[in-house]
Amino acid sequence: MKFFMTVILALLSMSTSVMAAEHVIGQKNKAFTKKSITIKKGDTIKFPNQDPFFHNVYSMSESKSFDLGSYAKGVSKSVKFDKQGEVIVQCAIHPFMKLKVKVE
Amino acid sequence: MRLWIFLPLLAICIESAAEAPFSTDELRELRKQWLLPAPTLHPQHKQLSELGKKIFFDTNLSIDKSTSCASCHIPELGWSDGKPTAQGLVGKPLKRATPSIINTAYSKVLMWDGRADSLEQQALMPFFDPLEMGLNEKLLIAKIASNQEYPNLFERAFGDSAIDSARISSALAEFQRSITASNTRFDRWLKGDESALNNEEILGFKLFIDPQKAACAVCHHPPNFTDDGFHNIGLSKQKPEDLGRYRFTPIPLMKRAFKTPSLRLATRTAPYFHDGSAKTLLEVIEHYQEVSVQKHNFSPSLLPVNLNKEEKEKLLAFLNSLE
Ligand code: HEC
Ligand code: HEC
Ligand SMILES: [Cu+2]
Repeated sequence: MKFFMTVILALLSMSTSVMAAEHVIGQKNKAFTKKSITIKKGDTIKFPNQDPFFHNVYSMSESKSFDLGSYAKGVSKSVKFDKQGEVIVQCAIHPFMKLKVKVE
Repeated sequence: MRLWIFLPLLAICIESAAEAPFSTDELRELRKQWLLPAPTLHPQHKQLSELGKKIFFDTNLSIDKSTSCASCHIPELGWSDGKPTAQGLVGKPLKRATPSIINTAYSKVLMWDGRADSLEQQALMPFFDPLEMGLNEKLLIAKIASNQEYPNLFERAFGDSAIDSARISSALAEFQRSITASNTRFDRWLKGDESALNNEEILGFKLFIDPQKAACAVCHHPPNFTDDGFHNIGLSKQKPEDLGRYRFTPIPLMKRAFKTPSLRLATRTAPYFHDGSAKTLLEVIEHYQEVSVQKHNFSPSLLPVNLNKEEKEKLLAFLNSLE
């Protein structure tokens, strides 16, 4: 019985860690590689800069505000989206670079 | 004897071949990057532009009939005004320099702080600014309605002579889209006219795009010499302090950040920068060299610039070829 429980618990914890997915959205040619994305609460998005100049990643949305600073080509930073809602992610340097994240 | 003449000649030939700044393949790539495409125009461009031109030059459209758009965006001065910062109604100084409107057809953001994102959105701002033209919407429309020359122009542009602010901004925007510079000597050289640039200018261009050298193209991107982006390049000794883009995007990176201007025909628009702090293009180059050795919270895109006197002259020669 105890053995059963541990197996179930182990399975459960595995499944939750699988559920918190990591998505990748690059910054390329002065645009995010996607215009919008729908993710689950707890998921992470990784933002690699693929352009040969600096970009920034920030958001001032109510459910998630953050500023990853600016970084060069080849560098990547991540953000965990831990609340439901709509988050507009932008590059402050190039304000026309916009990504809509829907967190379900 | 003959050999003596021939040998140095041969040496010169070999040397200049080795010095050819760009290979044919590189040139093809540069052409793809830097040549401006034709701007996207409204189907009614011609008629809208005709109306827009009339409005742009109409001094009656200001509170004291003194000022039109062209009072500050003066065609003969590269559609700027030659002043360090603009002069508003009754000589009142504005806090920023008048930018040129050349090639704004390609702009994704307008104004030094990016507070407008289309020419249409920008076009009414000067009318309603109490320091620039001092009108309100009602006055603007009444003034246009009082001029017999307008109904016809509105009718040709829109099918009827009704006047409203959306039509005014659309006409002004379309007129400004016709003010482009895409055939500078640099452009002619890109298109294959080898005599359009001399060797010094070509080497200056090479320095301009080389991230190890002048590193200008890190921000002044092809094809319009701008990334439509915002950077703090270490100016702003002005008081009171002008925070620039930070007002709209309050994150540290945007403090004192301003929009990267395009550079075609910059030869005509001295003085330079949003505060008019550089009198010549050489002073601009000196600024980048000085600022890049300072350790401050400036744009991370400012790479170290270390040009000797000769290189500065080449870079300057290149900037002057954007004419
Ligand atoms: C009193 C001088 C003055 C007048 C009059 C004026 N402008 Fe300007 N213009 C400026 C200044 C100064 C700026 C920059 C303002 C800023 O960025 O804060 C500017 C910015 C602009 C820009 C943005 C250019 C860019 O590259 O971002 C456009 C377009 C423009 N003006 C068009 C117009 C039009 C159209 C009119 C007439 C309706 C007009 N201006 C009237 C001084 C003037
Ligand atoms: C970090 C990005 C960046 C780099 C690198 C850069 N510029 Fe600029 N440039 C700008 C910005 C932003 C402005 C406007 C700054 C202001 O007025 O506050 C500007 C303004 C200018 C102007 C003035 C244009 C005008 O109409 O006032 C010239 C000329 C110019 N740059 C040339 C150069 C040259 C030459 C280099 C290389 C040595 C260079 N820039 C490197 C971003 C950059
Ligand atoms: Cu960016």
